[in-house]
Amino acid sequence: MPSDPLVAQHVLEFPGGYTRTTGPVIGRFLSELRARRIVGVRTAEGRVLVPPLEYDPATGEPVTGEYVEVGPAGTVTASAWVDEPLDGHPLDRPFAWALIELDGADTALVHAVDAGNPKALAPGARVWPVWSDRPTGHITDLAHFVPEVTRITSGVRVEYRLQAGGALRVFLEGIARGVFLGSRCDQCEKVYVPLRRSCPECGGAIQETREISDTGTITTFAINNLPDPRAPEVPFVSAYILLDGADIPMIALIGGVPAHEVRQGMRVRAVWVPESERTASMANIRWFAPTGEPDVELS
Amino acid sequence: MGNRCAVIGVGQTHYTTKRGDVSIAGLVREAALRALADAGLSFKDIDAVVIGKAPDLFEGVMMPEAYLADALGAAGKPMMRVHTAGSVGGSTALVGASLIQGGVHERVLVVAFEKQSESNATWALSTHLPFNASLVVGAGGYFAPHIREYMRKSGAPGHIGTLVAVKDRLNALKNPYAHLKIPGIDQKMVESTPMLWEPIRYLETCPSSDGACAMVLASESAVTGTPAWVHGTAMRSEPIFRAGRDTVSPQAGKDCAADVYRQAGITDPRRQIDVAEVYVPFSWYEPMWLENLGFAAEGEGWKLTESGATALDGDIPWNASGGVLSSNPIGASGLIRFAEAALQVRGMAGEHQVEGARTALGHAYGGGAQFFAMWIVGRERL
Repeated sequence: MPSDPLVAQHVLEFPGGYTRTTGPVIGRFLSELRARRIVGVRTAEGRVLVPPLEYDPATGEPVTGEYVEVGPAGTVTASAWVDEPLDGHPLDRPFAWALIELDGADTALVHAVDAGNPKALAPGARVWPVWSDRPTGHITDLAHFVPEVTRITSGVRVEYRLQAGGALRVFLEGIARGVFLGSRCDQCEKVYVPLRRSCPECGGAIQETREISDTGTITTFAINNLPDPRAPEVPFVSAYILLDGADIPMIALIGGVPAHEVRQGMRVRAVWVPESERTASMANIRWFAPTGEPDVELS
Repeated sequence: MGNRCAVIGVGQTHYTTKRGDVSIAGLVREAALRALADAGLSFKDIDAVVIGKAPDLFEGVMMPEAYLADALGAAGKPMMRVHTAGSVGGSTALVGASLIQGGVHERVLVVAFEKQSESNATWALSTHLPFNASLVVGAGGYFAPHIREYMRKSGAPGHIGTLVAVKDRLNALKNPYAHLKIPGIDQKMVESTPMLWEPIRYLETCPSSDGACAMVLASESAVTGTPAWVHGTAMRSEPIFRAGRDTVSPQAGKDCAADVYRQAGITDPRRQIDVAEVYVPFSWYEPMWLENLGFAAEGEGWKLTESGATALDGDIPWNASGGVLSSNPIGASGLIRFAEAALQVRGMAGEHQVEGARTALGHAYGGGAQFFAMWIVGRERL
């Protein structure tokens, strides 16, 4: 930047800084701050001034000399948001200047609040002080205020080790080979897929295992407009498919057809991922796609 | 059915998206203290506490009843937790009632809650296990195909769901505790909202709410204040994976209704019941349950809805409170149905009071429409 010879910086700073003689009242206030307490002083009329003064600013009368501990929390009565903090501001990130009426005080104290965003500091918001690490008897011993804790995050996490046992293991071994395995209850004469070893209707044991066709009929379905990581796109169709030879439908993704062309009664076939990509998981079935056969009349 | 049992106190919190001002303990206490105040009692008058809520995964607090016992004045008293998925609020009332009917206790406090804002129910209901490729996303994803099947089987016109969505929200405007307040809601507004899980539109689903509900139940000799008398109680469940299961009108629902009607001497629910609070989290479940509960013949429920019979000024108002479609703290939703039924026959439902209500049905269902809980309450002793 070209410099203008007729523009000059000029700094006035008294070497070592000015002193301020506190007098007994402000001195008490700052001494209490150094001890991490906030006090006010009571006026003749009984009000508590924070910060304290030697006199009641409303009447000019001397204050009583009775010091009252206030806070440490308080209530915001008004605030102004600072988007771009300047050098010398108490915080280096956006913050609020706020009038804070500390609990037990009748006047408000101006201080900075590290509120995160301006919406967090409506009038009435509760705030608590953050103290500086090394108090010296200065207003900055109160580093700043922060909003009251109203919500915490609880990192609850459980980890399971799942082992496919019994019927599920047999079923998934079938899926790994590209085959749906089911089983028929002798008592109820119903065929279940995935296969099970006990009947949910009669409770009887089921011994049999049989292969079930990978073609079936859509009995009903939902068109999902909420995205899901397991679906290729939105909308996606999750359908109940009654596999040929089974008596209970299974839920699967429908593909190869626009969502709004899917119909109840539509004939579909499983589309398996290539053999080289197969695992013992339902992910082996990419989706079910229409076979092109005529729809089935549903009862 | 055992000894007589009465509801003598009802307490509810205001239902809302997020109660940022109270803990779970504070929330349940709010409802409990209101129920006690309604009964003119205090915790010391209570013999036992029954707590209900839906899956612990909703708030991530495992066995919350253990920490809530003290908050509900249960120190030194019997306390138990009930959990039957979405029907849990109803089951909680019935477990409490059974303690009175069985002569075990004189006064029981039942409380149910959910603080959905602490996480996300759709997440908690979509815990995809290994090996599985389930594509069910939340409760709506589960129930949408069954609604579609109802529409096909009954031939109901597509707008029936929107009628319920409007009717229940209009009722909610009269209920000070209801969560959703949508002044001016009409069919056009509902139809203009997006399909989430087609055929379910956004405004045809229930909200996510924070809230709690409580009731004080008493034996005949321990009644204070205005009682609602329990005329019948029933619970049923059925396996979700059963070949031939009717997912549109589950057998367990029919059996549960038959049982509770038999106890209450009801042979014609449409005529004998004055008001029903039925668990309708998706608008289409009103016509579906009208049939399942015997208020209409199979395939005819939608005609009852369409005729306006279930509106507040109809001959059989359903969900005068605004129902689950207007307030849904899941674990409490069933108990709210039971409590609203009691308020109606006590004549204490305020602006959504059905005039002269003497007999009311409270209903809840849960899981994959596989758990059912119902009660009939009346103004008179049975």
